[in-house]
Amino acid sequence: MPDVVREGVFFLKGKDFDNAGAASSEIKAVLEQMGVDRSIIRRAAIASFEAEMNVIIYTPAGILRYKIAPDYINVVFDDVGPGIEDVDLAMKEGYSTAPDFIRDMGFGSGMGLPNIKKNADELKISSQPGVGTNLEFIIHIKKINEAPGNS
Amino acid sequence: MTLNEIKEITEAEVLTNNSDMNIQIDRGCSSDLMSDVLAFSRPGSLLITGLTNETVVRSSEFANMKAILFVRGKKPNTKTIALAEEKKIPILATKLSMFEACGRLYIKGLGSDN
Repeated sequence: MPDVVREGVFFLKGKDFDNAGAASSEIKAVLEQMGVDRSIIRRAAIASFEAEMNVIIYTPAGILRYKIAPDYINVVFDDVGPGIEDVDLAMKEGYSTAPDFIRDMGFGSGMGLPNIKKNADELKISSQPGVGTNLEFIIHIKKINEAPGNS
Repeated sequence: MTLNEIKEITEAEVLTNNSDMNIQIDRGCSSDLMSDVLAFSRPGSLLITGLTNETVVRSSEFANMKAILFVRGKKPNTKTIALAEEKKIPILATKLSMFEACGRLYIKGLGSDN
């Protein structure tokens, strides 16, 4: 049996808010089909959506790649800029460089990266200003088809 | 309480087709900040908000909100309603302010999501 049971790639276009969340929705649907614990699905969906929104809000374009195995979810985001000047500062709750129109949409309050960290078991961010950002998170799936529902 | 009771209490109209008005909802979460909904809400809540864009439906989908109540007489566009129908998240709309809507629901027994 192969390790990875499902993988996918999404192209994310900057400012394409009509499709914001489509990739995370697919990840959520796959996890639901697999019968993963609902609390784990919620953590994965929220972390993925926050990262997806970051690419769409702040960058011209990016790629989301996900792999789902029986015991883990791995999601990788690579974008083409503008990069994060100070990753440690960006991880602080409330720090944001979002323009007003993003705040009008209910985002950009400086909660995105901290919320990804809160929901993920492992998070790696590397960024080069002017070049782009790589963000990768892993969430462990402890039990499949055995965990109690937690909706 | 049921979604139908929420509709009656807030004098709301139902904007989505084929909504199950008998679903049980026991707590509410009110915010215009979707970042906060994603960070602090509890699954299974009613989302009460004045924002009407599609990311409200997406945030509700990922945070497992059972239904959405738009306040202050705001109406979403057809794409937002279509996405909510696809995701089976009922949308209600009331002319009440957020404060009034929350107050009425709280008095009638809808709990906090804290």
